[in-house]
Amino acid sequence: MLGREEFDRDLGQLEAQVVLLSALVESAVLTSLLALKGRDDKLARQVIADDDLIDDKRHDIEESCVALLRREAPVARDLRRILTILHLAGELERIGDYAEGIAKINLLLSGKPLLKELVDIPRMGDRAVAMLKHSLEAFLDRDPERAEATAMSVGPFDEEVDSLYYSIQLELIDLMRQNPDNVEPGTYLLWAAHNVERIADRATNIAERVVFQATGKLVRVGGDDDDAEAPSAG
Amino acid sequence: MTEMTETTLSNFRDSPDPANIITFDEKPVLETRHLSVLYGSKPAIMDVSFQVPRNEVIAIIGPSGSGKSTLLRCFNRMNDLIQNVTIEGEVFFEEERLYAPEVDPTEIRFRIGMVFQRPNPFPKSVYDNVAFGPRINGIGGDLDQLVEESLRRAALWDEVYDRLDDSALELSGGQQQRLCIARALAVDPEVILMDEPAASLDPISTQAIEVLIRELAQRVTIVIVTHNMQQAQRVANYAAVLMTDESRVGELIEYGPTEQIFGTPKDHRTEAYVTGRIG
Repeated sequence: MLGREEFDRDLGQLEAQVVLLSALVESAVLTSLLALKGRDDKLARQVIADDDLIDDKRHDIEESCVALLRREAPVARDLRRILTILHLAGELERIGDYAEGIAKINLLLSGKPLLKELVDIPRMGDRAVAMLKHSLEAFLDRDPERAEATAMSVGPFDEEVDSLYYSIQLELIDLMRQNPDNVEPGTYLLWAAHNVERIADRATNIAERVVFQATGKLVRVGGDDDDAEAPSAG
Repeated sequence: MTEMTETTLSNFRDSPDPANIITFDEKPVLETRHLSVLYGSKPAIMDVSFQVPRNEVIAIIGPSGSGKSTLLRCFNRMNDLIQNVTIEGEVFFEEERLYAPEVDPTEIRFRIGMVFQRPNPFPKSVYDNVAFGPRINGIGGDLDQLVEESLRRAALWDEVYDRLDDSALELSGGQQQRLCIARALAVDPEVILMDEPAASLDPISTQAIEVLIRELAQRVTIVIVTHNMQQAQRVANYAAVLMTDESRVGELIEYGPTEQIFGTPKDHRTEAYVTGRIG
């Protein structure tokens, strides 16, 4: 193992990379929803273009993790921290893909009026972004007990997102039943809602990994962990 | 052996958290109870209580000067050979007091063999090195067969079967170390103590010794001192952590399954040591 100071410095740089990736991803999620709500194709195209940055950042982080694992053969908390960073990079990159998917849905809806004013999907998005912020705050917390408590607090948010998603499904299906012309735009909006729901699930996964980093325990944060993938534009 | 005064000992006694020291339901092969060792007035280990379970590999780890080798040497009474040593507390081998007056240390050293950091074969032939213990113990039977079996158990036979009359000193470092293990095995010990057995070996020889340790553990209990954290994880089932700091010397701070010690240690000093923050 090289000097401990050098190892700590490299770990700190890795954490900074994760913070940067998280900021990029958070911005992509909020911007994609803003584009959808405001029917802004230009903004949507920007989200799609910026996804390459997110993909590149993930790869940079993975390469740095592999180099540290190879060089330092870390154990205990150091090992859990690097494994967690590896996992976070993957989860964040996938969240970026869901944001890109929402942006693509926006382009599919281009020129067509929205079925209804968007209220609940942005609300889901706000909750999902809050989950992301909490998870990252816990990730950076050096106090294991406080980090665990912060990460576990993400669970109720996920349940709220799931509940909103269910309401949106019922409402959109009802609108589609009323008029066959609603089926295409209704389906696109269902996809968008699904993507936001998956973003929240990924944020929950991050919270679970942060608990592992803090305690060494693999726990489930929140209720059902539905990893089943449904069709999406992502 | 001389007794210490309670006044002196009390300066150093501070028992570790018992929850951090694993104990076993089955009868241990070796056990220490409140074991303390001083060289002159200088303490090396203090109040160490722990059990060594049968046919397992136990790693003793800790920073330099934390008493690892001292603890190891207590198990076959090698410390008796050092002047001005004071040993307090008790060591049990197969439930018998190892330091009882009627116990013959030489006999103990055959039942509890030892392998050192640097290979130390006798300046004799390969054959005579392995046959040395059985001969002086008067072990009967087919000596040739015993030598071959011991060399096979030490994973050395295929490399030396046609060089048995050559001097052991002509073997490579890794082969010499395996010869020392074969020498220990020839008297059928119950325990083998290893003090950094691969410290002077190249990576290939180190790997051979580690594989050998895992295989031997099916029939022999092995206690190994190592500074190599990866080696401890590869070979040991359990790890004991000795620590020395400003206030305490040679304290056993944690003992448990290797996954615990290197995964989620209970004592923050263990975490600091295995991650390279101290030591």
